[in-house]
Amino acid sequence: MKYLDEYRDARIVKGLLETIRRKVTRHWVLMEICGGQTHTIMRYGLDELLPPQIELVHGPGCPVCVTPASILDRAIDLAQREDITLVTYGDMLRVPGSRLDLFSAKARGADVRMVYSPLDALRIARLNPQRKVVFLAVGFETTAPANAMAVWQASRERLDNFYLLASHVLVPPAIRALVSSPENRVQGFIAPGHVCTVVGCKDYEDLVQDYNVPIVVGGFEPVDLLQAISVLVTLLEQGHPEFANEYPRSVSYRGNVEAQRILEEVFEVADQSWRGLGEIPLSGFRLREKFAAYDADKVFALNIQESDAPEVCISAEILRGLKKPTDCSAFGVACTPESPLGAPMVSSEGACSAYYQYRRHSLVTIQ
Amino acid sequence: MKPLDCPLPIVDTETILLGHGSGGKLTAELFRSVFLPAFDNPVLNRMDDQAQLEIGNMRLAFTTDSFVVKPLIFRGGDIGSLAVNGTVNDLSVGGAKPLFISAAFILEEGLPMETLRRVVNSMREAAARAGVQIVTGDTKVVEKGSCDGMFINTAGIGLMRSDLHLSADQARPGDVVLLSGPIGDHGIAILAEREGLSFETDMASDTASLYPLVADMLSTGAPLRCMRDPTRGGVASACNEIAQTSGVGIQLYEEAIPVRAEVRGACELLGIDPLYIANEGKLLAIASPETAELVLAAMHKNQLGEGAAVIGQVTTENRGLVTLRTSLGTVRVVDMMANDPLPRIC
Repeated sequence: MKYLDEYRDARIVKGLLETIRRKVTRHWVLMEICGGQTHTIMRYGLDELLPPQIELVHGPGCPVCVTPASILDRAIDLAQREDITLVTYGDMLRVPGSRLDLFSAKARGADVRMVYSPLDALRIARLNPQRKVVFLAVGFETTAPANAMAVWQASRERLDNFYLLASHVLVPPAIRALVSSPENRVQGFIAPGHVCTVVGCKDYEDLVQDYNVPIVVGGFEPVDLLQAISVLVTLLEQGHPEFANEYPRSVSYRGNVEAQRILEEVFEVADQSWRGLGEIPLSGFRLREKFAAYDADKVFALNIQESDAPEVCISAEILRGLKKPTDCSAFGVACTPESPLGAPMVSSEGACSAYYQYRRHSLVTIQ
Repeated sequence: MKPLDCPLPIVDTETILLGHGSGGKLTAELFRSVFLPAFDNPVLNRMDDQAQLEIGNMRLAFTTDSFVVKPLIFRGGDIGSLAVNGTVNDLSVGGAKPLFISAAFILEEGLPMETLRRVVNSMREAAARAGVQIVTGDTKVVEKGSCDGMFINTAGIGLMRSDLHLSADQARPGDVVLLSGPIGDHGIAILAEREGLSFETDMASDTASLYPLVADMLSTGAPLRCMRDPTRGGVASACNEIAQTSGVGIQLYEEAIPVRAEVRGACELLGIDPLYIANEGKLLAIASPETAELVLAAMHKNQLGEGAAVIGQVTTENRGLVTLRTSLGTVRVVDMMANDPLPRIC
């Protein structure tokens, strides 16, 4: 298949690995930001193919993983009301809130529906004028434009039964929080290709300037990732903390200007709470005042208690690249995809889930 | 930084979840914790697609299945052809010649008579093609909203050769894994027509009776170990069942697994692995290394097995697990499906 097979080609992969092997002289800790990238690394075993000096740690770029439990509790609370239809993406259905997940709420009679696009949620609202349709909108800069578009469209059509329950997160403030933490080990970042496709490269150039850390935009196929790693190794070995775009078939310098325009019109940047990273200033989106009629947080009175944390789960350290899933005593024992203790085990993009899905054979051997 | 507010695990055992019907881990768990202890007997405990019964000198295969597919009519088939073929295939993979089928209809008030006629006609055609007769049945009608148009329950009886013992516990290290053709066609054809996921594709369901293919394979005289039709849960779940029941490892070769370009494309788009997608006309077989070539040649001669390939082998390593050798030469686990494949956010 075109645009796919060439980026999974074993000969090209071998060539890139050889180039990296020749260049590397010491230990480097690199973080891939996006969960989709973690998924590819584990699926193809890229970390096992790389020379031992390259340590990959997995970043917070899994939207499901960093969505706070409280937002799920709010979604479940809404879903259980008689007159509300709660609509969201498939992989949000299994993410645990503090007592239930949306699948269990659905099994108990809540009207919960799965869609691929927020515009489908809009269609459900149009077709069911007697229902209040709430779209649970989570994700990074990638999913935000479509969510913004749904609200913009609802406003244009004067739909009065569509609402957004939003928990949007932004990548650059998370990178700032990671590199400015005293515990930080990461020496170079693979920036998320899809996010940069939307927002462009400027913010990442600024991060390189501010923190003297190399950042290379990478794609999601094995060749894309190894190419990004190869460039990062060159920059690190030469002591040049620079920015590079190694995913130019998708990412332009300015990004998707139309998408940025709709984001700007509908959302404003606000403080945001991240599961695992806590509250990060100016790291999320909320609906602007003129769209307040579509803001589920403002329209519906929500009374949600904060939940207690199981002490054993180390996903906070995992999402900050301080530990690996296999460092956790609960991993694969008390915590599995069927009964996850923490969000990184829930989403297929979560680091713990990727290790569990693809690496269990090596764990069996170790045991 | 504030400590993680990580939620407690949610293991809801008080209600049935959709995942309990996915053919993956939750289904297996439900079977082990509820049905197996209640109905415990040696025939059921074999956990094959069909019960193998000995009555006097006769060996019979007996199976039952329910069909709740949505939409009722899809490209390549409908709930009727699916019900007949699915029942026939559950018998065939035990090596039985399918003979008789029952059909019970649960109809929703308001279902157009035209839809029922179409489905029944398609059952008649599928039964004729498979050489089986629909000899008994039942009809119930439920109030509007109590079922999704139409559900069909079937049972099937087939006759087994006395010398055949095909079962999921027969795989041995060194055996070869054979697959009759490209995977994922049925699942993608259905997904393409689901509400909310509609996308354009020419993919048609592969629903078909596998008996002619099974008969050709058996006529080689090769002692086959086990056969499965990888329906819900796909090839991944069928291989996991065999690996666990036989206490062996199974290694699949990524590059050898046939997947049509259209299915691959749809899977890439939806973020789903074709190994977990349902098939309704594909056969997975485990054969001894000495006879694999003979069996493969017989498969290739049958239209249903034109695209047959060796896709893996049974190993002593990683017992109870299925692994995949990727195109890059690395090895990863192919887990049993935990839930229905969920479309990802991005």
